[in-house]
Amino acid sequence: MSLLGKLDWSAIPFDQPIIMGASGGMVLGIGGVLAWVTLKGYVPYLWREWITSVDHKRIGVMYIILALLMLLRGFADAIMMRSQQALAAGGAHGYLPPEHFDQVFSAHGTIMIFFMAMPFVIGMMNFVVPLQLGVRDMAFPTLNSVALGLTASGILLTNISLAVGEFSKAGWVAYPPLSELQFSPGVGVDYYLWALQISGVGTLMTGINFVATILKTRAPGMTYMRMPVFCWTSLAANLLIVAAFPVLTATMAMLLLDRYLGFHFFTIDGQGNPMMYVNLFWVWGHPEVYILVLPAFGIFSEVVSTFSGKPLFGYRSMVAATMVICVLSFVVWLHHFFTMGASANVNGFFGVMTMIIAVPTGVKVFNWLFTMYGGRLRFTVPILWSIGFMVTFVIGGMTGVLMAVPPADFSLHNSLFLIAHFHNVIIGGTVFGLMAGYNYWFPKAFGFKLDEGWGRVSFWCWLIGFYIAFMPLYALGLMGMTRRMQHYDVTSWQPWLVVAAIGVVVILVGIVSQVIQLVVSIRDREKLRVTADPWNGRTLEWATASPPPPWNFAVLPQVTDIDAFWKEKQDRRGQQTPVSKEKKIQSIEMPKSSPTGFVTAFFAVIFGFAMIWHIWWVAAVGVIGIFLVILVFAFRADEEIEVPAEQIARFELANAAETAR
Amino acid sequence: MSTVTVDDHLYGEAHELAVDEKRVVVGYGFWIFLLSDIVMFSAFFAAYAVLAHATAGGPDGMQLFSQRSVAIETVCLLASSYTCGLMQLAVTSRRYAVTYLMAFMTFVLGACFLTLELREFSSMIALGAGPQRSAFLSSFFTLVGCHGLHVAAGLIWLAVMMAQVLIKGLYDATVERRLLCFSLFWHALDIVWVWLFTVVYLMGVLS
Amino acid sequence: MSESYYDRAPGDASALPDIEQGRTSGVLVYTIGMGLAVGLTALSFWAANTSLLWAGGVSLGLTALAIAQMGVHLVFFLHVTTGPDNTNNVMALAFGMLIVFLVVVGSLLIMADLNDSMMPGPEIMNLHMQR
Repeated sequence: MSLLGKLDWSAIPFDQPIIMGASGGMVLGIGGVLAWVTLKGYVPYLWREWITSVDHKRIGVMYIILALLMLLRGFADAIMMRSQQALAAGGAHGYLPPEHFDQVFSAHGTIMIFFMAMPFVIGMMNFVVPLQLGVRDMAFPTLNSVALGLTASGILLTNISLAVGEFSKAGWVAYPPLSELQFSPGVGVDYYLWALQISGVGTLMTGINFVATILKTRAPGMTYMRMPVFCWTSLAANLLIVAAFPVLTATMAMLLLDRYLGFHFFTIDGQGNPMMYVNLFWVWGHPEVYILVLPAFGIFSEVVSTFSGKPLFGYRSMVAATMVICVLSFVVWLHHFFTMGASANVNGFFGVMTMIIAVPTGVKVFNWLFTMYGGRLRFTVPILWSIGFMVTFVIGGMTGVLMAVPPADFSLHNSLFLIAHFHNVIIGGTVFGLMAGYNYWFPKAFGFKLDEGWGRVSFWCWLIGFYIAFMPLYALGLMGMTRRMQHYDVTSWQPWLVVAAIGVVVILVGIVSQVIQLVVSIRDREKLRVTADPWNGRTLEWATASPPPPWNFAVLPQVTDIDAFWKEKQDRRGQQTPVSKEKKIQSIEMPKSSPTGFVTAFFAVIFGFAMIWHIWWVAAVGVIGIFLVILVFAFRADEEIEVPAEQIARFELANAAETAR
Repeated sequence: MSTVTVDDHLYGEAHELAVDEKRVVVGYGFWIFLLSDIVMFSAFFAAYAVLAHATAGGPDGMQLFSQRSVAIETVCLLASSYTCGLMQLAVTSRRYAVTYLMAFMTFVLGACFLTLELREFSSMIALGAGPQRSAFLSSFFTLVGCHGLHVAAGLIWLAVMMAQVLIKGLYDATVERRLLCFSLFWHALDIVWVWLFTVVYLMGVLS
Repeated sequence: MSESYYDRAPGDASALPDIEQGRTSGVLVYTIGMGLAVGLTALSFWAANTSLLWAGGVSLGLTALAIAQMGVHLVFFLHVTTGPDNTNNVMALAFGMLIVFLVVVGSLLIMADLNDSMMPGPEIMNLHMQR
């Protein structure tokens, strides 16, 4: 038994220039940043204030940083796919051989869903929800930090696969028998499985944290029906996480057992059933897309009501629609495999349920429209993203309802029509929502706004680029082009694919604009400085300084109505004599920082890498390491640190103008 | 201490998370985790139910399962749930000796359960009916094995908790909360076992 | 006032003074639960092995007994009640049970349906192909 398992120098793909270039770039980039940080002496600060922080605001920001970096990686994959398909028609074969192309489309899906969209959504919820609920932190702060660490572990493992070994070639869904050992003997599928299992544990922790926080810890007086809609959608999304992710964990565990121990869950011999993988995968897979989109819906509710200057239309129906979507998302999953051969009755049932689930979504869209109607709409960057969403997502939703008809799906399944549909709803829904939230809450997080001009440029490039990139794919799907094609013989498809490639370039300009926007905003931050309430907001996060102090609120707000902060402002305006603005400030107990998250993540990466390469003794070290970390955490003396009242009072005085009390 | 006057209309008493409420929040959070764990078990259950007849020409449940062994395992686990409940009562009334005794009995009964189960597994493997033999056996070993792993983890947790009681004492709120979580975990495992022995062993031997 | 003042942690017996249970009655609750559980377990084993019951109904009976045992655990060991201080806990449990039901029953129905649509085995195919 070799000391290094299957690992040797042949794992590094020296003979593949594109991969070597990308790996080299990645290593140089990461190394460069680490070197710069160390030489500048930032390490103690970063360790103390960020890496060991259990503050939900810091954790939220770190999640979003990870997501934005992975957006770049996933988008690079997109550029490669579009350019390959634009070139490889008829006699030409493009520049990506099939083994490489297959890894690109697998990595693209895996990264965009698990390591871009999920962390972005979770980071947004992390930052905003406790502030909106009027509490000081999440229910389980250290668990929050561990969840972040495990997500980062998954990301690191996926990126290591670029330089050491290979990634999965079985698509982001990894169906057996292709993903079984017989047909994928390399380490690619193992990288995929372990990265997702490890980060999946982190996501589950997040789900538990949010459900407990939203249901059990809120500001005094905040009943369920006084919660902001973003908190309701976060609740629904996290209930879905808690309900769905365990199924993914079990399914991937079964595939791992097949690959590592020769079990027969999904193999053909031994009477395994590969169709069961598809079934169980999509039991998770469908709720997953609602996990991605519901918080985006919540962001739109906040943004639209704030910039219309009106309360959200139909609060109760919004809440009802959200919870209905939450439950219904568990009875539609078969529409992902209509063509696998179920009988007409079964296909029909799920087709009907899929159409029904469009109804509460429609209720939401009408509520947003009615919120804007009769209001005074301010066309800020977040509103642009919201309007872009409304048009784009509705189109995507309609194509979804079209495919919900099983006979139609028999022609369109796994064609580019499907690809166009889900990008339509994920980009139009989740990505646009996250961009709106990013622009909307950035000033709260950092104390200065993002540059408006570059924000507008990025929005228009994204919007126009999206349509140019994906509308041709609808046409191609109807013409019969299958997904994931590295090369095709029908040369009449090529012009459409060239147009799509141009669209991707336009989106690239959008993304570059966002990078520029960030750089320019940081450079001009003094000019862009804001107070607590830059947008004339309605919810409690705008009632505290920008950025908020670690304890969020010096005195927890007393809530008497929906849009608690708006009510506060109205009450204050309505008072004849100015109230003496004195507060009884007491010292506050805040959760203590901890390296638990970071160290757990470290051992998780070691464990994952060792399992992938069959280095069993190192894997054991990883497991023991995690166990020891838990023990150290369990036996620590203090859980909390006391922030003295004087410190809080000083902050309040310094920011009196800001908080406008 | 700073300024004093409170504008009662807008701000009430600073309502921090008191220790009592922390117990409720932690307990609830763990409850949610348990439900997610049960959903994971249900996925393994679904796989087992689908593959229960996929014996690939090999042995099936009727030939392999020993009802006597399963009955003893069931009694062990049930009794350990009982002793765990008594341990909870001792913790609440801060009786150290009873706490340690009940914890020890819970541990021993759990260990007996695991020993019997391991014996069952190894005898099946020795007969050539290991998890690699057929899909039915793969799903059996995984489902029952997953439960067994949870029991083993619980035993390790129990041992660590007794060390915590020794070092931090029963008056430590954190220790109390964690013991509450442990007993939730242990009872939930017994509920899963009820379904396991019903669906796998008892239904497995119906002719 | 926050609702959590009135909520009970799952697994905690009621702490309200008027229905406070003393130590001995606490033991009684667990003992009754244990007795019921043992009885139901014995009944399950008997039902699976007896020839006195109609074979077609035994599976259903075993399921009913398992549900009953789960109920005994929930009530006597986990102290889950329908009181207002337990609402969150019961709602979470109900949600969990719904998901379990959908996953298990849904998967079984779908997989059975898919298997029905599979091609018959080689013997039957050959038989079918022969005129």
